[in-house]
Amino acid sequence: MRSDDRPPGLEISGLTLRYGSQTLFDNLALTVPAGQYTVMLGASGVGKSSLLRVAAGLAAPDAGRIVATDGLPVAGRIAWMGQRDLLYPWLSAIDNVTLGARLRHERPDRARALDLLGRVGLADRAGSLPAELSGGMRQRAAIARTLYEDRPIVLMDEPFSALDSITRGRVQDLAATLLAGRTVLMITHDPLEACRLGERLVVLSGAPATPGEPVVLPGAIPRPADDAEVLRTMASLLRTLGAAA
Amino acid sequence: MPKLAVAVRPLLTLAGLLAVWWGVSRSSGIPAFLLPDPGSVATALWHQRDLLAWSTLTTLTETVLGLLIGTGLGATGALAMVFSPRLERWLMPLLLLSQAVPVFALAPLLVLWFGFGIASKVVMAVLVIFFPVTAAFADGLRRTAPGWLDLARTMGASPLAILRHVRLPAAMPAFGAGLRIATAIAPIGAVIGEWVGASAGLGYVMLNANARIETDVMFAALFVLALMTVLLWTLVDRLLRRLLYWVPEG
Repeated sequence: MRSDDRPPGLEISGLTLRYGSQTLFDNLALTVPAGQYTVMLGASGVGKSSLLRVAAGLAAPDAGRIVATDGLPVAGRIAWMGQRDLLYPWLSAIDNVTLGARLRHERPDRARALDLLGRVGLADRAGSLPAELSGGMRQRAAIARTLYEDRPIVLMDEPFSALDSITRGRVQDLAATLLAGRTVLMITHDPLEACRLGERLVVLSGAPATPGEPVVLPGAIPRPADDAEVLRTMASLLRTLGAAA
Repeated sequence: MPKLAVAVRPLLTLAGLLAVWWGVSRSSGIPAFLLPDPGSVATALWHQRDLLAWSTLTTLTETVLGLLIGTGLGATGALAMVFSPRLERWLMPLLLLSQAVPVFALAPLLVLWFGFGIASKVVMAVLVIFFPVTAAFADGLRRTAPGWLDLARTMGASPLAILRHVRLPAAMPAFGAGLRIATAIAPIGAVIGEWVGASAGLGYVMLNANARIETDVMFAALFVLALMTVLLWTLVDRLLRRLLYWVPEG
């Protein structure tokens, strides 16, 4: 993201999505504020991933629209991080980072890719295949790829769920630091992750699903895991999620 | 597995088979024109080396040409089917038909149409391998991990770019599996073609030797055919391993 343009937020309105006879969303409205790290939680099957896929343009809603708050279309301004790292196993780390460029028939900027790999601590693993990297390294490479795409809006679907808790903590810190200033919407099942990274928490519940009143968390992210505010919010979040389930 | 064991195990198996064969041919009283002993087959192999070498070259040429053409057609067919469901509805019955009719039954017809030369054998080999290659490759193209496709779509890739950079590489292991099967069975097509009507090739040598009850020559030709197939398969397997450097070795 170039420093001169401020990222837009996301405005979801009137969203209706059906799967067969099941109505996931009926006239759902949700605002993802610009330049903030918004975390979405909710029980399995409530429709979090579907909402994110609609926002990413990967699925078409039955009704409703998703616009950027600056009035411009969302398409082409989104970077996606799916569940797991989604590195292509036949490409080296650096080729994974620059794949977007090749997919768009652009010339890959290897110098920038190397710089980004350096920022996630993988400068010396640029030529390694994903199979030669640990889970944490792979996820860091995926962050470098997301940064290479350089989009103002980043959508993440449980990106760190496959990592062990120590590695997860480190990768969360890295993501929070490197994605600062972008509009982030992340799904997670992990209340601790939500409270460490989220500047704004939204709990999705019910059928059809509706977002609860957003919880705004003060202070800079990433927050330490033993922060009193983090622990207090996590406890209340667990109560909310338990009641919603 | 240690490297030495990998090299020694097939040799040990071969030696064991030879020993059993030798024992049976010596002690069972089966006449030599029904079951020659390994020694006389080795002698036949040596005496007929020129004939066998030339015949192997013919059969090998038919097999390799069949493999190249069959793989090319199979890959094209798979791509076409994956991209056009309508075309698939037309192609699939044809594909199944090519498998439902035994190659043996088609062989005389093919020899009649394409002659006694190498063309009819190449067509036979193509018919035999077209199905495994097409089916395996089409399956691989359809089973791209959904997450990989999603990611490429959010990166603004056209369907053609996704095919080239994601679906094709992701389908390569399945394609490799099809090609391995094809390599193992392509010589069957070629040899059946030679049995039905030919003037050269290992199948032709076998047929002639059989008619003259030269069982030792038959066995020698059979041995060379097996050796050729194993070597060809090993070569293809090595090439595929190099091409699929990123697939973990099972």
